[in-house]
Amino acid sequence: MKDLQSAFAGDVNVGLAPASSPAVSATERAGRLESIGFRLAQWLRSPRPYLMLVGFALFLGFWYLTVEVWKLPRFSQMPGPTAVITEWLSPDPTYGLSIYSPEYYEHIWVSWRRVSIALLLATATGVPLGLFLGWSQRFKDYVFPVFELLRPIPPLAWVPLAIIMFAGSETPIVFLTFLASFYATTLNTMLGVESIDVSFVRAAYCLGAKRRQVFWHVIVPGAMPFIFTGLQISVGVAWFSLVAGEMVSGQYGLGYLINTSYTMVQYPTMVIGMITLGIVGYLTSAGVRMLGNYLMQWRARELAIGAEK
Amino acid sequence: MATIGAFTQRAAQLLVSVKFWRGTIAVVAFILVWEIASRTGLSQVPAPSGVVFTFNDLMRDPSYWFSWYLSVRRVFLGFLAAMLLGIPLGLGMAVSRTFSGIVFPVFEVLRPIPPLAWVPAAIIFWPTQELSIMFVTFLGAFYTVVINVIGGAQTIDVRYYQAARSMGSSGWDIFRRIILPATIPSIVVGATVGIGIAWAVVVAAEMISGGGSAGSMGGAKGGGLGFFIWNSYVGGSYTQIVVGMISIGIAGYISSALLRKLGELVTPWLRDQ
Amino acid sequence: MNYEPARSRGSPDVAANALMQQERRTGAIRIANVLKIYGSEAAGVRAVDDCTFDVPAGKITVVVGPSGCGKTTLLNAIAGFHSISSGTIHLDDSLLCGPGRLKADPGPDRIVVFQNGSLFPWKTIVENVAFGPIVQGRLTRKTAIEKARFMLAESGLHNLESNYPGEISSGMRRRVEIARALMNDPKVLLLDEPYRALDSLTKSVMHEALLETFDRNQVTIFFITHDLEEAIFLGHRVVIMTTRPCRPKKIVSVDIPHPRDYSVLTAKRFREYLDETVEAVHQEALKAFDAGERER
Repeated sequence: MKDLQSAFAGDVNVGLAPASSPAVSATERAGRLESIGFRLAQWLRSPRPYLMLVGFALFLGFWYLTVEVWKLPRFSQMPGPTAVITEWLSPDPTYGLSIYSPEYYEHIWVSWRRVSIALLLATATGVPLGLFLGWSQRFKDYVFPVFELLRPIPPLAWVPLAIIMFAGSETPIVFLTFLASFYATTLNTMLGVESIDVSFVRAAYCLGAKRRQVFWHVIVPGAMPFIFTGLQISVGVAWFSLVAGEMVSGQYGLGYLINTSYTMVQYPTMVIGMITLGIVGYLTSAGVRMLGNYLMQWRARELAIGAEK
Repeated sequence: MATIGAFTQRAAQLLVSVKFWRGTIAVVAFILVWEIASRTGLSQVPAPSGVVFTFNDLMRDPSYWFSWYLSVRRVFLGFLAAMLLGIPLGLGMAVSRTFSGIVFPVFEVLRPIPPLAWVPAAIIFWPTQELSIMFVTFLGAFYTVVINVIGGAQTIDVRYYQAARSMGSSGWDIFRRIILPATIPSIVVGATVGIGIAWAVVVAAEMISGGGSAGSMGGAKGGGLGFFIWNSYVGGSYTQIVVGMISIGIAGYISSALLRKLGELVTPWLRDQ
Repeated sequence: MNYEPARSRGSPDVAANALMQQERRTGAIRIANVLKIYGSEAAGVRAVDDCTFDVPAGKITVVVGPSGCGKTTLLNAIAGFHSISSGTIHLDDSLLCGPGRLKADPGPDRIVVFQNGSLFPWKTIVENVAFGPIVQGRLTRKTAIEKARFMLAESGLHNLESNYPGEISSGMRRRVEIARALMNDPKVLLLDEPYRALDSLTKSVMHEALLETFDRNQVTIFFITHDLEEAIFLGHRVVIMTTRPCRPKKIVSVDIPHPRDYSVLTAKRFREYLDETVEAVHQEALKAFDAGERER
C-alpha cells in the first residue's frame, strides 16, 4: 500500500515547495534552485527526453500518414493532425473555434467550474464521512452498508434520474460529477484512517489525549496522504463523469462541444475539444498533487529521503 | 473450507452479529424514507414499491435479458481486449527502459482524455456501432490495467532479481519466474478496477450512441442496459429507469466479485495474508 | 573491575533533582496471578498464565523472553491497551486492572515507547515532545515548547528541533520519544523492545543514553527485550520469562552499581550474571523454536 501510495504521490519535486514554509532559509532556497538546474541538466543528458520525442513523433507520424497521406479506408474520415492544428491555432477558424475565439475559453471555463464545484462538494462531504467511517465502528456498521449498496451503480447510470430529480440543466451535471468523486473520496479517506498505525493512536492516549484530541491530532493528519491520493483519483473520475453528463444533456462545456461538433460534422473542432480536455484534466490533477506536496511538507521530505524505519 | 456445514455456521454467526443487524436496520430505514418521499411527492423519484413490481414484469420480458446480453458482451469483449493489449504493454514498459521512454509519455498524454470523449470519434472510425462501443469500453479498462501492471512490476524487490541472477537465471527466466508472478496481484487489482470502469463507460456509451444497430433488433428495451435506461426516461417509464440502474449495479458488482475470486485462485501465496 | 561513573550533567537545579530522586518511591507495579486468554476459554490462546512478580519503584526492571511469549501482552495490560482475563495489576496503591475492571485506561503516568517508534510524522520534533502537556492542558503552548526545547538540549538533540521524524535516524527518534515521554513526569516508562530494529553499534549508544536519562530522572522503567546482554547491562532486575504462556522462570538482581557504562560489558561480574542466566533463556528459546512461534 505504501509503495502504491508513493507511486500516486508522484515525483517529489522538493524544489517546487514554496519559500514561505517556515523551515526554509535563504541559503536553502538558493540551494534548491541549484538542485532544480542540476536535475534538469541531468535529465537532458539522459536518453529520456529524446525517447519521448521519438514516441511523440511516432504517434503523430502514424496519425498523419494514415489520415492525410495514405488515406486508409476508415482513417480517411478522421481529421488529420495538420487539419486539427491549423484550425486550433488559426485566427479565423473554419468552424468558428480556435485559441483565438472567446467561445473556446467559455467552454473550458464552464467545464472547469462544474468540476470545481462538484469536487468541493465531494470533498466537503466525503472527507468528514470517510473520517467518521474509519474512526467509529458503530457509525460504520450503520452507514457503510447503505453506501456500498449504492456504489456499484455507475454515476453515469444516474443521468436520467438526476435530470428528473434536479431542476435546470446545470445541477444534474454537477450532481453526476459530484457522485463519482464522492465515492472515491469517501472510500480513500476511510481507508486512510484504517491504515493509520495503531501505535500512533495508543501513543496519543498514553500522553494524555482525550478521544476528541486523538481525532484532531492523529487521525486527521495521519489520513491526509490517503485523502490526497483519493483527491487525485477523484479529480480524474470527476472529469470522466462530467464529460458524459455534458454529452448527454446541457449546454456549453467541453463534452457538449465534442458532441455538438460531431453532430455538425465539424471534426477538427471535435478533436480540439478532446485535446483540450486532456490538457485541462492533466493540469487539475497536477494541481492537486502539488497542493498535497505543499500541505504535507513532512511527507514530501520523508519520501525524498527514503527514510528508514 | 467451502463445505455446507461451514457455510451454515458462518450464516448463523452473521445473523447474531451486531454489525449485520445495524446494517440491515440502516438499509431498511433508507428504503422506507425513499418510499415515503416518493409517495408524498417530496421527491420525483419513483417509489421502491413500484420498482419491485416493474422488476417482476421485466424479468419475464426477453428483450430485457437481451439488453443484459448486449451490455455484458460489450463489456466483456472490451475488457478482454484491454487485458490482451494492456498487460504486455505494461510489462514491456516495466522491463525495458527504452520502450518505456518512448511509449509512456504518449500514454500519459492520452490518458487524461476521458474514454467517453472518444465516443464520437469512435463512431466515425469504426464500421459498426458495436465496435465503437467496445472500443470505448476497451479504453476505459486499458489505462487502469496498464498503470497497475507498471506499478506492480516496479515494486518488485530488487533482491529477488539479485537472488535469481546469483543462481544463474537468464533474462527470460527472470521474466517468466519473477516478474510475471510478482505482477499478477497488480494485474488482478487492475482488472477488478478496470472492469468496474468498463461498466461505467458502457452505460454512458450506450446512452450517447443510442443502443447501436444490434439494439434495434431488441426493440425499445433491448439495446443494452444503458440504452434501456435512457429509453425508459425518454418514454416516461420512470420505474424502469430505477430497475435499469439496479441491474447495472448488480452486473458491475458480480463481474468485480467474479474477477476477485478468479484472482484469489491465481495467487495462492497471498491467501494467508 | 573498575569503571568510571558516567559523565555527570549540570542541570539548573541539581539540588532539587537530587531531593526528588531520593523521594522517588512511586511507580511500583505489582503483578499478581495475571491470566490472559485471547479467544474463548476452551479454544483460545493463553498468552499469560498465573504470572506474578514485582516491578520496584525507581528501578529498571527488564523482562527477557523469546518472541511471542506474551511479554508484550503484559506491557499492553499495564499500559491499558488490552484487558486481562483475571488477576490484578497495581500501580502503587491503586488498582490498574483486576476483577470488575479488566482493562486499565491508558494515561500519562505510564507512558509507552513503542517498538517501531511512534513519533507523529506530521509534527516536528519539538512539537512532538511538547505534545503531552499541551494536550493535557497542563501547560500553555508557549511554555510547553520552551520546556521541550530545554529537554531536547539536555539530551544534545536541540539542533533537530524543527525537523520532522521522517528526516532523522531511528536512533535519534527513539531518544526523542523518550524525551517526549519524560516531559510528562510519568511514574513508569514502558519500553517495548525499543532498540530491536537498531544495529548493535547504535544500540550501545542508545543504552548509554537511556542510562544517562535514568540517572537524571530515576523514573521506574519496565523494559522488554529478547536480548539477554541488553537486559543485564541495563537492569537492576532481570525477569526471565518462559515461552507462552509466560510466567517468570527466574528473577535475578543485578548488583552492578549505577551509573554504568560500556566497560561493564567486559567486567567479570557481568559475565557471571550472564553465566547464571543464559541457560534458562536458552531452554526457553529452544522450546519456543520447537513450538514454531511466528514473529509478530
